[in-house]
Amino acid sequence: MNHLPLITKREYLNKVKNKSFIIMTFVSPLIMVALGLLIGFLTNLNKNKERIIDVVDESGYAKEIFSDTISTTKYRILNNIDLAQARIDVEEKEHYGLLYIPKVTDVSQLSEKITFYSKETPSVIMIEGLESKIAKKITDVNFKIKGLDIEKIKNARIQVNINQESYTGEKTSKLSGKLKLVFGMVSGYLLFMFIIIYGNMIMRSVIEEKTSRIIEVIISSVKPMQLMLGKIFGTSLAGVTQFVIWVLVIGFLTIILSFVFNIDMSQMQGGQQDILENVVKNDEVGDIIVNGMYELSQLPIANLIAMFLLFFIGGFLLYSSLYAAIGAAVDNETDTQQFMMPIMVPLILAVYVGGFTVLEAPHGTVAQVFSFIPFTSPVVMLMRIPFGVPMWQQILSVIILFATFIGMVWFAAKIYRVGILMYGKKPSYKEIYKWLKY
Amino acid sequence: MDNLLVAENIVKKYGDFTALNNISLSVPKGSIFGLLGPNGAGKTSFIRIINQITMPDSGFVSLDGKPLEQNHVKDIGYLPEERGLYKSMKVGEQALYLAQLKGLSKTEAKDRLKYWFDRLEIGDWWNKKVQELSKGMAQKIQFVVTVLHKPKLLIFDEPFSGFDPINANLIKDEILKLRDDGATIIFSTHRMESVEELCDHIALIDKSNKILDGKLIDIKKEFKSNTFEVGVNTTNELAFRNVLEHKFKVTPATFKSIHDDVKVNIQIDATSTPNELLSFLTNEGQVNHFTEVIPSASDIFIQSIQNN
Repeated sequence: MNHLPLITKREYLNKVKNKSFIIMTFVSPLIMVALGLLIGFLTNLNKNKERIIDVVDESGYAKEIFSDTISTTKYRILNNIDLAQARIDVEEKEHYGLLYIPKVTDVSQLSEKITFYSKETPSVIMIEGLESKIAKKITDVNFKIKGLDIEKIKNARIQVNINQESYTGEKTSKLSGKLKLVFGMVSGYLLFMFIIIYGNMIMRSVIEEKTSRIIEVIISSVKPMQLMLGKIFGTSLAGVTQFVIWVLVIGFLTIILSFVFNIDMSQMQGGQQDILENVVKNDEVGDIIVNGMYELSQLPIANLIAMFLLFFIGGFLLYSSLYAAIGAAVDNETDTQQFMMPIMVPLILAVYVGGFTVLEAPHGTVAQVFSFIPFTSPVVMLMRIPFGVPMWQQILSVIILFATFIGMVWFAAKIYRVGILMYGKKPSYKEIYKWLKY
Repeated sequence: MDNLLVAENIVKKYGDFTALNNISLSVPKGSIFGLLGPNGAGKTSFIRIINQITMPDSGFVSLDGKPLEQNHVKDIGYLPEERGLYKSMKVGEQALYLAQLKGLSKTEAKDRLKYWFDRLEIGDWWNKKVQELSKGMAQKIQFVVTVLHKPKLLIFDEPFSGFDPINANLIKDEILKLRDDGATIIFSTHRMESVEELCDHIALIDKSNKILDGKLIDIKKEFKSNTFEVGVNTTNELAFRNVLEHKFKVTPATFKSIHDDVKVNIQIDATSTPNELLSFLTNEGQVNHFTEVIPSASDIFIQSIQNN
């Protein structure tokens, strides 16, 4: 008798009808959107606060340097005051800081001589911004001194964009590289989140069957393997349901809110805006969007989606059978801690390898190896695929993943079969190893 | 008599520990079979093998003449000692689910549940959640779920725990009725008075070995010690006692009597008959009380375990 559909249905309905599940499903997106708004609000609050930086200038270049300031930081050039007095004044007035430009015989000497005084250490971003601003201006000054025509130099400047093309003729660009990165990161983190949230849910539902003592009644009717798979499938479906609702609700709320408050969501990036302003002019933004759409259409969408689904399903099933085994081995949730390590270590490793190594060298040895190890491959391979992984590698990795999943289900079912009937004591790894031989 | 369940040479080991050591048992059709033994003797291991929850390391089990297989699940109803229900599910929903796992169709399960719920007068619990029920109420539902699919073999492990005396009696009557309707019942318990009341066969397992097996009445015959409880009214008590102790093995007895009797247990040789004892006693005085001491299930249990 195959009871898998029946068990899956019960697990699904039981999860979906659960009050706290329903509440979480609809409240979490609200909280997330509210949090997003709060962060945006706070960064804006910070940004709109006017910063005053006083400048003691002995060189005479300050006027030139700070002539066209558009950011919220105000530079006030102090006259007729020496550095020592200025430091005391500025500290008293609680201005953001004091910039000291000493007198130099040659403008090039300024490269090492400028000092910024402040109460707290300023952010690296702010200092780097200031450095590049000053460098740009005094370089221009230097050009003039050296008798070079700035306009000519500007016109002579050449920007290089290297066209990228693979031997098979596929064209790529830096922009598409970024898109690929985003796809990889999003899918990797999505899987990571999914495993942690719904893996735990599976574990709890196994523990619940143990603590409510219904387990022996159930497994006198069905095979433990069927029960375990039914739990995994039912909970996964509930998870997908919840995830889809989250995406829909968040999307809906975001659209509504951006109409209501007329908030430009891109502004939420806050502090980085200052730097971007210098790099990207407005008309270029439009270009990027158009190019982006084009690059997006150039990505192997069908391949990506197919592989995303395969790795997502395979990865989740692999980990969730481990969660189920842990749930079976213990009596209550507090005892699960000691067994979480074997789950968390490969998972975190996968995200780190995916986040760092794959970025640097998508086809390097490390990235390649980890994209075949089944515990890391779902995350790492998903991040690699957009950069072009040969089909045989993708298929091999999927096969390894699903083969391991089947092996893991067998292994987990052994622990499960024995564990669900064990009450009252916290098992050690050694004991679990013994169960495998029962 | 036909046997419904036959287990031959069952061995089950957990690592180095042997839970069942070469156990063979036959459960006759239509009997109530008491599976007895101290805690940790191996009863639950044996029951789990019958339910195919675990597999024996070696040995053979057959049900109704056929080797045990997955399909037999619908022929067996099992009420484990460690039992419970999903707390957050509604009673009716849950009973339906469990019945379907036993192979009943949804409509069939519904009809039978209606019948049983009415019978045990618990019809209005259908939409209640299990966490709202008392322990005894939940036990009733578990009982219904166990018997709902009309299995040939019913296995009850401590079925009366958690019941008040009224409900325990109700369940006892239901068990007897199920037996009369043709079911075979394996009954595991530590409550010897219910063994006495219900079982016609028993098997005793101790330290993974079967040490006793058979019809309860035969076992009692085997365990009888030819001891008689007597009450004799005599004028010279001292002399009477002296004679008795000289001739027989005598121990004091306590029983209720309206006479001022000498109350003793007298054990006679296996070669002599009760009649010989009785005629001896009638010569000594007025015999008001004469009964054979029949070993109780509890006596048999304790004696066997101690001798093992």
